Amino acid sequence: MGQGPASSLGTPNVTAIVFFFVFIALTLGITGWAARKTKTTSEFFAAGSKVTGFQNGLALAGDFMSAASFLGIAGLVSLSGFDGLIYSVGWLVGWPVVTFLIAEPLRNLGKYTFADVVAYRMRQKPVRIASAVSGLTVVTFYLIAQMVGAGSLVQLLFHLPYEAAVLAVGVVMLAYVLFGGMIATTWVQIVKAVLLLGGATTLALIVLSRFNWNPLNLFAAAAEKYEGALAPGKLVTNPIEAISLGVALMFGTAGLPHILMRFYTVPDAKAARTSVFYATGFIGLFYLITFILGFGAAVIVGRDVVKGIDKGGNMAAPLLAEAVGGTAFLGFISAVAFATILAVVAGLTLSGAASLSHDLWVHVVRKGKSDETEVLKVARLATVVLAILAIGLGILFKGQNVAFMVGLAFAIAASANFPALLLSMTWGRFSTAGAVSSMVVGTTSAIVLIALSPTIQIDLLHRTTAIFPYKNPGLFTMTLSFAAGIVASLLRPDPDAARKFAEVERRIQLGAAGSDD
Amino acid sequence: MNEERSRALEALAARRWRLALTLTGLMLVTYFGFVMLVAYDKPLLGKLLSPGLSLGILLGACVILVAWALTGIYVRWANRVYDVELERVRGIGAEPKPNADTKNADTKGEE
Repeated sequence: MGQGPASSLGTPNVTAIVFFFVFIALTLGITGWAARKTKTTSEFFAAGSKVTGFQNGLALAGDFMSAASFLGIAGLVSLSGFDGLIYSVGWLVGWPVVTFLIAEPLRNLGKYTFADVVAYRMRQKPVRIASAVSGLTVVTFYLIAQMVGAGSLVQLLFHLPYEAAVLAVGVVMLAYVLFGGMIATTWVQIVKAVLLLGGATTLALIVLSRFNWNPLNLFAAAAEKYEGALAPGKLVTNPIEAISLGVALMFGTAGLPHILMRFYTVPDAKAARTSVFYATGFIGLFYLITFILGFGAAVIVGRDVVKGIDKGGNMAAPLLAEAVGGTAFLGFISAVAFATILAVVAGLTLSGAASLSHDLWVHVVRKGKSDETEVLKVARLATVVLAILAIGLGILFKGQNVAFMVGLAFAIAASANFPALLLSMTWGRFSTAGAVSSMVVGTTSAIVLIALSPTIQIDLLHRTTAIFPYKNPGLFTMTLSFAAGIVASLLRPDPDAARKFAEVERRIQLGAAGSDD
Repeated sequence: MNEERSRALEALAARRWRLALTLTGLMLVTYFGFVMLVAYDKPLLGKLLSPGLSLGILLGACVILVAWALTGIYVRWANRVYDVELERVRGIGAEPKPNADTKNADTKGEE
């Protein structure tokens, strides 16, 4: 134990390349199979609603366990100890909220996108446009963070030029979504979730085997090596900041378009409920495991080595894999990390394509009248456009610190999408004007406040002060969004929407069968 | 729609929202309680209960357990109470079924 040898990271790793190609071959095989089953819009966007609760639980976990949480949290724990727990706990507690408030009503009210729910009883055009804008903003920021992460990761792991790496991710992802739609995307998520959970668990077990199978021995060793590793550190310094971060993490999950879209892939509300139950279990387990990996990396690899390879600590888990399992295991974990990014990017792109084609094309341009063939064509065109956009943005943001963009995506999701969703399902007087205002105010205020925050002003632009003092605007922007939604609804009521609320309530319980009887 | 059925559905929906909001509230209190402790009393959370186990780590793990437990409570209730009740209410006003469970349902059933 102690100081590991110098890492082979950055030199081509045969195992990584082999595993990587096996994964690509397997998932493209799945895509080919899925492509033959993808003929209708319902199959393209929602896998024909034939995914079981358990499968969807795994796929939800796959969609949510991004490289940012696998590599990022393990890295944060390895470098700052306890503070990493604040993030992992925050990301998990969003899931019970999704279970209680969102999953079942969403399944029963909507068809392909979360805008279906918000727009259900409102005037279609303004609400669809507003939710497409807020949804696509979330997707875009999340996508940039993933693409830049993918580029740097592949560059480091496979010794490929950054641009080639971004291009490769974009093209493979495009193949999944374009040909296999939601069926392929779902199975890619499932394969990835199993690999990621399996790989992380194996790594954690190897680590624990060195500490007499007792995590407390590991934690004690970490505390001995790095004083204060088990106590709160510098991450949370200000109570307002802490609550604001918590709000974004917790309610952001309930507003992520690619997560919400997954609830349409199951047959009914009961299966939606079951799927979040499994997802919560898998994700919680995963975060407990990353905690062990982080401390394992701190003790076995050492903070200096972790920081030496990547300042943010993102390479903690791969380095740990190399230290305990050699280059072969490093290769496996690297391939898993790459598969993770690919799968998340595919999910994001599909939800973006659904928003562009189903919300904007069908409901705004065609006013609800568009036939299957046309919608499928538009959806595939939108997929290609989004893939090009993702590759372009990935290359444009090369070398930039984009970690804040995941935070921004969560802040917008929490303050633009979540309030509109919740109010549309629970408050009869919520009107078209209210829905549009809450989404517009939520999106703009989150972007503006982050632009004025220390993250951008001080860390990125190197100014001495920031106009807005907090790094996390979630608490303020979510409040603003709720306030805007309520005030606008009271000022500009929507009698039609209010009248249709009874139908919404009925349909939340009974599904499509309940609306027409 | 049948009046009685309509009222029963409304009552059931209200019950579901009440439970959903209560559980959401419990989750909020648990998580933000934890966050507030992190913000206000760092030394307390850093206190070691045994070698390797600080109060902060124990509470953090507990928040994850609470999240699992609350989700479990909801899913169990929804599967065992809500779904069964919903099936019963659905039956109100419909064709009476020769089933002991629907005895209440077919007493006043009329379209």
